[in-house]
Amino acid sequence: MNLGDIARNKLQSLALLVAAVSLAILPQSSFAQEISEPATSVDEAVAEGQSVADGEVVTETDAPAFEHFGPDMILGQPTSFEDDAIASMTFQDQYTVNGDYALWMHDAILMPIITAISLFVLGLLMWVILRYRRAKNPNPSKTSHNTLIEVIWTVVPVIILVVIAVPSISLIAKQYQAPPEDAITIKANGYQWYWGYEYVDNGGFEVISNMLSVEEALTAGEPHQLAVDNRMVVPVGVPIRLQTFGADVIHSFGMPSLWFKLDAVPGRINEKVLTIEQEGIYYGQCMELCGARHGYMPITIEARSMEDFNAWVQSQPGGMTRAQLDAEAAAAAAPAPEADAEGEEADADAEADAADAETAAAAA
Amino acid sequence: MATTADGFQAHTEDHAHDHADHKPGFFARWFMSTNHKDIGTLYLIFAIIAGIIGGAISGLMRWELAAPGLQVMGQVVSALGGDGTSFDQQGHMWNVLITAHGLIMVFFMVMPAMIGGFGNWFVPLMIGAPDMAFPRMNNVSFWLTVAGFFSLLFSLFVPGGVGNGAGIGWTAYAPLSTTASPGPAVDFAIFSLHLAGAGSILGATNFITTIFNMRAPGMTLHKMPLFVWSVLVTAFLLLLALPVLAAAITMLLTDRNFGTTFFTAAGGGDPVLYQHLFWFFGHPEVYIMILPGFGMVSQIVATFSRKPVFGYLGMAYAMVAIGVVGFIVWAHHMYTVGLSVNTKMYFTAATMVIAVPTGIKIFSWIATMWGGSIEFKSPMVWAMGFIFLFTVGGVTGVVLANGGIDDNLHDTYYVVAHFHYVLSMGAVFSIFAGFYYWFPKMSGRWHSEFLSHLHFWTFFVGVNVIFFPMHFLGLQGMARRYPDFTAAYSYWNEIASYGYLIMAGSMIIFFVNIGYALLAGRRAEDNYWGEGATTLEWSLSSPPPFHQFETLPVIEDHHSADDHISAKPATA
Repeated sequence: MNLGDIARNKLQSLALLVAAVSLAILPQSSFAQEISEPATSVDEAVAEGQSVADGEVVTETDAPAFEHFGPDMILGQPTSFEDDAIASMTFQDQYTVNGDYALWMHDAILMPIITAISLFVLGLLMWVILRYRRAKNPNPSKTSHNTLIEVIWTVVPVIILVVIAVPSISLIAKQYQAPPEDAITIKANGYQWYWGYEYVDNGGFEVISNMLSVEEALTAGEPHQLAVDNRMVVPVGVPIRLQTFGADVIHSFGMPSLWFKLDAVPGRINEKVLTIEQEGIYYGQCMELCGARHGYMPITIEARSMEDFNAWVQSQPGGMTRAQLDAEAAAAAAPAPEADAEGEEADADAEADAADAETAAAAA
Repeated sequence: MATTADGFQAHTEDHAHDHADHKPGFFARWFMSTNHKDIGTLYLIFAIIAGIIGGAISGLMRWELAAPGLQVMGQVVSALGGDGTSFDQQGHMWNVLITAHGLIMVFFMVMPAMIGGFGNWFVPLMIGAPDMAFPRMNNVSFWLTVAGFFSLLFSLFVPGGVGNGAGIGWTAYAPLSTTASPGPAVDFAIFSLHLAGAGSILGATNFITTIFNMRAPGMTLHKMPLFVWSVLVTAFLLLLALPVLAAAITMLLTDRNFGTTFFTAAGGGDPVLYQHLFWFFGHPEVYIMILPGFGMVSQIVATFSRKPVFGYLGMAYAMVAIGVVGFIVWAHHMYTVGLSVNTKMYFTAATMVIAVPTGIKIFSWIATMWGGSIEFKSPMVWAMGFIFLFTVGGVTGVVLANGGIDDNLHDTYYVVAHFHYVLSMGAVFSIFAGFYYWFPKMSGRWHSEFLSHLHFWTFFVGVNVIFFPMHFLGLQGMARRYPDFTAAYSYWNEIASYGYLIMAGSMIIFFVNIGYALLAGRRAEDNYWGEGATTLEWSLSSPPPFHQFETLPVIEDHHSADDHISAKPATA
């Protein structure tokens, strides 16, 4: 599932010394690669990307400037009490299949059960208050045991818990389904205190995302504390392999309307599949205490059609769509078969020569 | 046992061995105390002072959260002598406050009040012992706790990164608490936990030894009052869990200061290891905070229903079960950290199991009241408030136990609401219940029952107004440990902040009540709650003599001063 688990499995299977050595070396080497990133400032990162883009100016010039969604496309955000009292007291609307299932489980199973239990206990308390207060019942009974009732209030909760556990376990199983092999990988790097979104499968560029100030957000028509300058643009309707990584301390990638939360831990890459069902804008925040500006590193995901996503990727410095990458790979690979063929021919010639020589020798 | 008591007195009192009420001078009595009741009183006073500080900090937090934006933190930085009020320093001060609030309330308010205060006072009285097994160590426990508190307070005034103080959260997750927080503040905060933890470990050994060895003749384990059972289980949890915390935070210290890399990925360590260690302590810790409350509520419900506790053995072993299962569910605090699927499924299932013994306790309390002759004195209303509010906090715990559901609720205000329902209402309601139950016994003076009821109702309304809206905020996705929030969260935050004012007013009633009792309260008789109160402390005067049970009481099956189960019917 993730690096930590792999490391743990190694610990189980290999000798302790080997495991210790691998633990000491592997995370170090992987970390060393990552640790250089936070050192580069936003400007540097952009400049780097620019130079890469300049190197291969294939689409830069003719690609139109990418137009982001406006505030009318905001889907995943908290609702204020003034807008909708009931909605402000429940989960945000969900835009993933797993989110819908989890929401159903909460609303249809958990909420009714916990409400019923609370009211049941409250009712019992009210009953004993009314019925067994001293004025009503001056002579207390001396009953202190009743095996049947004790068995009942042990077994019934067990049954209730089983009713909860069945969908709960199946929800966890759904959430852990591995992404398909061709899923687009996006790596969310948590920094103190901003996010960087690395498009591993699209040329490896990283989008640095900082929170907008209150004025900027309100001017843009977006909720303050949640809106960012550079959004994490993702394709809609296809599974995304979302990886999280903490560059300095632990952060957490939390998206309430997508039922998604995954810690970004230094030294390990966590991974989970995310499939957003609808085009739109979704807001989230860092959900693990990470220092002074923990409250000021929000996440904005913009889910777009694959076409738009590709256009956006191309508008990014160093961005390559999958088609472009495939084409490039094909172009790079194209001369190879010829070379192989030539080699084979040469081999065949050599064999023929050898055969000739043999026959010649036999003849002699 | 009698020999032990004599030997103990020979050391503490030079002469006048004949009179049990001979007290040492002021300094010797309160600063070098070896008397379990005096140490209990010291713990209670300490807990009240710490509670005022921790409560004041939560006031600053609710003030800041009353509206979006940063309004209060700048003044707090200035007030605490910080040099400059930059944006980062304000954010850091917020983290310092949430850290201090958590640590103070857990280690210096709830634990000292329940275990140090009521445990010290009433465990020896209830088992018919003259004192604790190790009276001098008892004193060491208390003063270590005080030293720990000062270490924590000191950390507020020394550099801890961006500004003064340790802004690492009460959980002190690495690497935020190691590489990302330079300065001595975090070291002092960690050392504070070492001191408080050492005090608690000594206290736990003291309780275990006392309860196993110093019970009055005839008081078998299965005749002990449930409060003693609860403290016994709690002491074992402390003894097993706290050394793990001590190890984890010692590793933090060496990571910080001596170049080790236990929790630093760059050196081959793992930050998640710290979380496993912390929560292996942290989860039993939450039961440490609530189990003595369970015990007190059991005594109180039985007393005011004039009935023996229903299902005594079930109640005792439910606590044992909660304690045992509490050790194997820790990773439910870490559902989003990147656990494997099987780990997450296991911890989901194991966590839900705890609901069963907890349910047994809730229903047994109600069954104790069922058929009783209930008198609604102040301890009883607090205990009934406890039962209901703890149930509400418990059922949201069942929601959070589901790893898949927790993916959305983890580290949101839903979690804050949940643990405040079980602690700020569960633990604190049981502390107030115990306080009003035993205050006349401890002080010899009556509090005002009217003020106690007024305190209950205002507190009940106040804490519910604070914490119930937090469920809504959490469901809507509001993250914990945020000083600032988007406009959509304003309404419920404002309501919660009003609730704080109600709660604060309620606490003023509490202090007026104590003041009234100490200055003008009428004298309390030996057994002022009447026939329902059957444990041994009610056989003594109010306040009890400086040294009690110099002749050990003998517990017989039909003895009237027996615990609640002695009154079991002939059929059982």
